[in-house]
Amino acid sequence: MRIIKFLLVKEFKQIFRNRAILAVIMVMPVMQLIILPLAANYEIKNINLAVVDNDRSDYSRDLTNKVVASGYFKLRSYNDSYKQAFTQVEEDRADLILEIPHGFEQDLIRENHQQLFIGVNAINGTKAGLGAGYIADIIRDYNSNLSLKNNPKGSFNPIPQIEIASSNWYNPHLNYRLYMVPGILAILVTLVGGFLSALNIVKEKEAGTIEQINVSPVKKYHFILGKLIPFWILGNVVFTLGLLVGWLFYGIIPLGNLLVLYAFVCVYLLAILGFGLLISTICETQQQAMLIMFFFVMIFVLMGGLFTPIDSMPDWAKTVSKFNPISYFIDVMRMVIIKGSGFRDISKHILIIIGFAIVLNLAAILNYRKTS
Amino acid sequence: MKQFLTFVRKEFLHVLRDKKTLFILFGMPIVQILIFGFALTNEVKNSQIVVVDYAKDMASQEIITKIEASRYFEITKSLAGSKELEAAFRTGEIKMAIIFPEGFNNQLLHQNKAQIQVIADASDPNNATTLTNYVSSIISDYQAQMNENVPVPYQIKPEVKMLYNPQLKGAPNFVPGVMALVLMLVCVMMTAISIVKEKETGTMEILLVSPFKPLMVILSKAVPYLLLSMINVISILLLSVFVLDLPIAGNIFLLFAESTLFIITCLTLGIFISVKTDSQQTAMLISLLGMLLPTLLFSGFMFPIENMPVPLQWFSNIVPSKWYYIIVKGIIIKGLGFSFVWKETLILFGITVFLLIISLKSFKIRL
Repeated sequence: MRIIKFLLVKEFKQIFRNRAILAVIMVMPVMQLIILPLAANYEIKNINLAVVDNDRSDYSRDLTNKVVASGYFKLRSYNDSYKQAFTQVEEDRADLILEIPHGFEQDLIRENHQQLFIGVNAINGTKAGLGAGYIADIIRDYNSNLSLKNNPKGSFNPIPQIEIASSNWYNPHLNYRLYMVPGILAILVTLVGGFLSALNIVKEKEAGTIEQINVSPVKKYHFILGKLIPFWILGNVVFTLGLLVGWLFYGIIPLGNLLVLYAFVCVYLLAILGFGLLISTICETQQQAMLIMFFFVMIFVLMGGLFTPIDSMPDWAKTVSKFNPISYFIDVMRMVIIKGSGFRDISKHILIIIGFAIVLNLAAILNYRKTS
Repeated sequence: MKQFLTFVRKEFLHVLRDKKTLFILFGMPIVQILIFGFALTNEVKNSQIVVVDYAKDMASQEIITKIEASRYFEITKSLAGSKELEAAFRTGEIKMAIIFPEGFNNQLLHQNKAQIQVIADASDPNNATTLTNYVSSIISDYQAQMNENVPVPYQIKPEVKMLYNPQLKGAPNFVPGVMALVLMLVCVMMTAISIVKEKETGTMEILLVSPFKPLMVILSKAVPYLLLSMINVISILLLSVFVLDLPIAGNIFLLFAESTLFIITCLTLGIFISVKTDSQQTAMLISLLGMLLPTLLFSGFMFPIENMPVPLQWFSNIVPSKWYYIIVKGIIIKGLGFSFVWKETLILFGITVFLLIISLKSFKIRL
């Protein structure tokens, strides 16, 4: 116990001596958490529209106005030809082309039937899908208004209607920040914990100071604990700062119990620190440790379910994401903060992370050799 | 010049000697492109949902079959009542619940009107909107089928074409994006530690007392990483064409030239960080902790930049990977030529020159 205390004093001194690093691990996550949720916004409301109106009739103008008035689209240009509009898409100035054919008004009145052409830039699938969905909705609306207007005795609706009463639970205003802030915080806490611990032992290896510890009567688990505890505390501090930022800047107050949240984070940090330490014991230079950590962290972050849905991934990728600690963390954050889930709801998540923590730390202790 | 080459050779030997690092440097981008190219997609599908069917009549059963048949939904269970619903939402088992009221079919037949209740888990707002949209389009399909024989006046049918990516695959969006992200971080990281490492180990002083210009010292550090990164670009492109089935529509030489420019930009940024910091650890934390998320978010492949608040839109302009993403997307997917990307190229070039100048200015000749 006494040995661990000495080690802790040493580690803390080292951490606090290096102001630059302290600033980086405290200030950088907070700054990012303040700014990044503003950037991560998927409310699609500024879809750039290029219109090709070959008809130039009252009806075609009316339809265009309706599309623009919906608020989802921004009319960027009227074009003379589809080709011209397509150039706009090529240059990223338009996302969606609406082409109204010649004789749109005439055919609509005479033949009761008309087709419109819509071209969507589909490189980004979400934007394309939502954009096409919105415009289809607007056209459907326009359609039924038209038939009402032209059907004066339309008092009786002969066509059965299925109405959809949709409600959005937990986030009725579809506030995107409420979704992003907890997720980004989860990523930042992981980055801080993972990188600090991954660099640490390797740094002593590079500097040669690890030899001194190796010849001292410090046991393996003393050494690992001495490394683990300071970062564990730092991780909790960063997490707390993050929750404060969420509250002060975004007004997000966890609906669930804070204790549940902290219980999870305490275990989670052990797992991620263990992972960092394991990498640290494998590598010889800080550069290697950094690269390996980067490799995993990038996979963890991109496949964590915050930016793209895990459900949509192929089966093998879903299996991979079962071994992704961040995906559990993001899930738990969302459950507890937004839905108010309790201990019982997240018990499976906690058990899995405890498993991670035990396996990773054991591996780190076993892999750390006192002789080089 | 001969001196310079000797230095480059020395740096090269340094890099090549460390087999582990070399292995990671080459293997990492390949594995990442493969994983992300196959796994990432913005599309929402296979969402777990629950159905509560109080009606159990013909209409409700038909609609449920239709929903089950679509690839967007997977009905995990059909609850008898709505009591367990909340628990299922809270444990995250389901993303949506669809509820049919009693006598659904009767209402539809006799009152010409019936209601379905749809509850979405909006803790993920985007998902909730998309899933609700899917349900409404399935329902309107069903209605159209029901009323096939009833003449409907004034029909406008939109014909939708998905340009560039008709199957809405993830790869056309994510391969250029991940290229911009991986190349940037790897290149920045590599040079960020290179100079600071010499400072830490004390070998910097030896370099400084040598009759060698600071510019040369810096350049010779960057050259090996430039070559390594170019090899990385080649392997990424080979993968995307032959494995991910994403052909390069534009000129491959142009793409390669632009990639080289981008790599140089990132190496310069790494040098700048290296000059400004005094320990490897700080340099690495800045280049990773400080840059991973901003690069990811401001490149524009995850979140549309035009949706961001105006100051952040300005900020995104100084993120090199944003410009590279536009260029790569333009060349690989849209097949554009230089006349379409010259502006972005010029900006990248400008950023590089700027970074190089301030790095040189702040490079201390004495320690």
